[in-house]
Amino acid sequence: MADVKQVNLTIEGRPVTVPDGTSILEAAKTAGVLIPHYCYHPGLPVAGVCRMCLVEVEKAPKLAPSCATAVAEGQVVHVHSPKALEARKGVLEMLLINHPLDCPICDQAGECELQDYTYQEGRSEGRYRDPKRFNPVEDFGGDVVYVANRCILCTRCVRFMDDVAHDPVLAVAERGDRALIAKFEGHDLTHAWAGNVIDLCPVGALLSKDSLNKARAWELDRSASVCPNCSQGCNMIVETRDNQVVRLRPRPNEKVNKFFMCDHGRLSYRWMNRKDRVDVPLVRQGGVLASADWEVALRAAAATLSGKKAFVLASPNLSNETLFLLGKLARKTGGGGAFRVPQGAEVPLPGVEDLALRPDRAANGRGAELMGFTRSDAPLDGLGAGDVLVVADEELAELDAAGVAKAGAVIVIGTTLPAWARHAANVVLPIANCTEEEGTFTNLRGRVQRFLQAKAAPGAARPSYFVLGDLLAASGEGSGFWTAGQTFDALAAEVPAFAGLNYDGLGLRGAMTQGALATGGATA
Amino acid sequence: MGFPHPPHDRESVVLSKYFGDKEAIGLEGWRKRGGYVALQKALGMTPAEIVGVVKESGLRGRGGAGFPTGVKWSFMKPGDGKPHYLCCNADESEPGTFKDREIMRWTPHALVEGCAIGAYAIGAEVAYVYIRGEYTEALDRMNAACKEAYAAGILGTNAMGTGKTVHVYVHKGAGAYICGEETALMNSLEGRRGNPRIKPPFPAVAGLFGQPTTINNVETLVAVPHILNNGADWYKKFGRADNPKSTGTKLFSVCGNIQRPGNYEVAMGFPFKDFLYDLCGGPLPGRQFKAIIPGGISVPIQTREEAENSPMDYEGFVANGTMLGSGGVIVIDDAQNLVKQIARAARFFAHESCAQCTQCREGTAWTTKILERIVAGEGSTEDLDTLLEIGEQMTGKTICVLSDSCATPVKSGIEKFRGDFEALIKKKKVHMVPAQVA
Repeated sequence: MADVKQVNLTIEGRPVTVPDGTSILEAAKTAGVLIPHYCYHPGLPVAGVCRMCLVEVEKAPKLAPSCATAVAEGQVVHVHSPKALEARKGVLEMLLINHPLDCPICDQAGECELQDYTYQEGRSEGRYRDPKRFNPVEDFGGDVVYVANRCILCTRCVRFMDDVAHDPVLAVAERGDRALIAKFEGHDLTHAWAGNVIDLCPVGALLSKDSLNKARAWELDRSASVCPNCSQGCNMIVETRDNQVVRLRPRPNEKVNKFFMCDHGRLSYRWMNRKDRVDVPLVRQGGVLASADWEVALRAAAATLSGKKAFVLASPNLSNETLFLLGKLARKTGGGGAFRVPQGAEVPLPGVEDLALRPDRAANGRGAELMGFTRSDAPLDGLGAGDVLVVADEELAELDAAGVAKAGAVIVIGTTLPAWARHAANVVLPIANCTEEEGTFTNLRGRVQRFLQAKAAPGAARPSYFVLGDLLAASGEGSGFWTAGQTFDALAAEVPAFAGLNYDGLGLRGAMTQGALATGGATA
Repeated sequence: MGFPHPPHDRESVVLSKYFGDKEAIGLEGWRKRGGYVALQKALGMTPAEIVGVVKESGLRGRGGAGFPTGVKWSFMKPGDGKPHYLCCNADESEPGTFKDREIMRWTPHALVEGCAIGAYAIGAEVAYVYIRGEYTEALDRMNAACKEAYAAGILGTNAMGTGKTVHVYVHKGAGAYICGEETALMNSLEGRRGNPRIKPPFPAVAGLFGQPTTINNVETLVAVPHILNNGADWYKKFGRADNPKSTGTKLFSVCGNIQRPGNYEVAMGFPFKDFLYDLCGGPLPGRQFKAIIPGGISVPIQTREEAENSPMDYEGFVANGTMLGSGGVIVIDDAQNLVKQIARAARFFAHESCAQCTQCREGTAWTTKILERIVAGEGSTEDLDTLLEIGEQMTGKTICVLSDSCATPVKSGIEKFRGDFEALIKKKKVHMVPAQVA
């Protein structure tokens, strides 16, 4: 990129230097100036139709649409000049004349760009006195419902389906103020990535049926996270209301998922709210599992492990940190570990390179491999007779749980207590799930990405790295794993693929691991 | 001649010479009238020479914008390794304009010849004629003319025996006003929804099928053979001596409240007063002209005084508060409700807006609703201010000029005929008030 010509210009009095061909709108972003816009989206082709991003360019005869106007040397751009402001005010008024102004019952309220910009620079009162256009609400199929009356015809959804999903089922129908978004006859919005049109819609016209009327935008707490539902590692935001996950939305990351997230990932959040959680440590006493405090349970677990080989059956949805400590535990006792990954079909998003819903329907298979775990469809095969089986958040669903019987003892470190474990477990240590703790995942391309805590763990459940740190300490292995950061830094010092990385340096965009897999962008 | 009326001796009949002459429609008859001589000549010249002659002639686009044709052609860079295209804009949909229709009805070969020369001049081997969907007769005649021209070896891979390739294809539009906008026309030709495209890139860089394209109006292309046959100097003689910027003859379609509506061809700069009163016969008995729209419904409305002072050329109309536009003269007399006429015009634009740009999609409809409310006696004086402000918002802010075109008659109407609006507002409809029951 070094040979691209750099262009110097002034935006709102600030000097800006950007590569030739950059739009004024993008150039303004680099100077910290957000030019209001609707139809423009960095992940879609430019349409230039909303006319909201009009700015005044000195010496130009007319206002310029900043999304569709390339920067030029020496240009002087005024975003907030009276002329530009007047034009945007006009656009806002026009966008609202047929708009139902039903913000109090609209799901988008609070995160609506029409609302935001109207408050920011719109007229306080409209002058429209005639009847408003009316169109009925339409079910677009999939997870999407279309409220035509709120639509501002920015065509982001149409362009997404055409140019990114390559499934052109949406179009603008009719002309003039009768225009509305329509699906082609006989087609529904059932593409596996179609849910993105809901995020792309700047107003409350395209809504998710799944989250319809669940929460007001301002009631939600938001945490940066990474989608655990496949190995792509799409960056996402977990939105919770009253300690319940109610919505997952993509968080932009140029290197992984651009601006998008698939419907499978977006809608697979109910397991994060499971009510059948084990929320207190349990120790088998006199044949029954009885609740115990952490001290007792950890001591019991350490005693169970003492002098035995530990075989770890790990979930690929555990963090790098937890898997690292589990691996440490197994190695310390001379044992091993295995994991299995639920499989599904690969569904790519054709318009974005190397972005797909991956067959591995778990976040951290790659991380488990790097921590020395063996991928296997029959993970219990590695269990030696008389070994201590440590089951880390793996329910053994669809596996023959009878294999567990080989074990001399069973320690369950998990979020739930499956039926087989009620009979087999000697000690149960309750842990947080990935929305209740922080940590890192390694995606299929070897990118290490942090996820943050979004809600509280139930009862006495503790973060998984913390529980394992305690268990290692109780087993005489020393300690120092009190935070995910400490654990990650210890991991980076020990596991070659993570050499040179540190927890704080990962930021919220992640970093690549070392080695053969460090070829992000290559298609599998 | 003021077709369909008998010719008037003050007209400068060049393009419309054979209007009404059935023999001119076919190839044989057209050849007898000097057809395809210019094409033969053109194919013996270099494209640059043709562009030079057209530039010299001062021919400007007859579709409305008045851009110098030779300059437009010179934007096409020969030998850039890309296919070039010529589009002939025959989507004549500007209300009040019907000159291209008569050209295609009576002299289809003139357009085929014009297209062929234009295509050759810009380095294109293919010209598309995009004909308005409602023009079925023009379409049939153009198709027949092309067929004849191919059969006679005028078009094809060995055009006129010169070994050069010139194809002319006729395409029928589906009846959208917006498809007369050059980039919407290209989208429509490509099989897409007729939405205007953002410029840049301009058609000369990336037009039809993403390739360099020139788009010209029917009347523009039809003038080219005459320029090649008679020379640029001959063409330049048509026009006002004091205004060299507008040359040649221009067809005007006249409609509305006037004695002799029809198509008239006059030299640029012809006095509009003489045109209206002499050529077209003046107002209907007992009436007076009130407002004139000289260039299709998109241009500002003129008062009678402004019209009577106008020389009929690009600069003459601009100096008198309007534009030459497409040459569709709409005459409104004092017996008409002018506001109703303007409301009807706005309704047309609201119907035809492609719905891309906010100001146009919403503004055209809003304008219409307010105007119709005023016509119905439900208006208020604030409405006029609102209309002017909406009009301001709709001007110069959108991808194409449809929005500006809707605002123009409204703004000029309120500015020049405010009294008409106010009279309607004052004559408020009286609503029945239910009697109080004691």
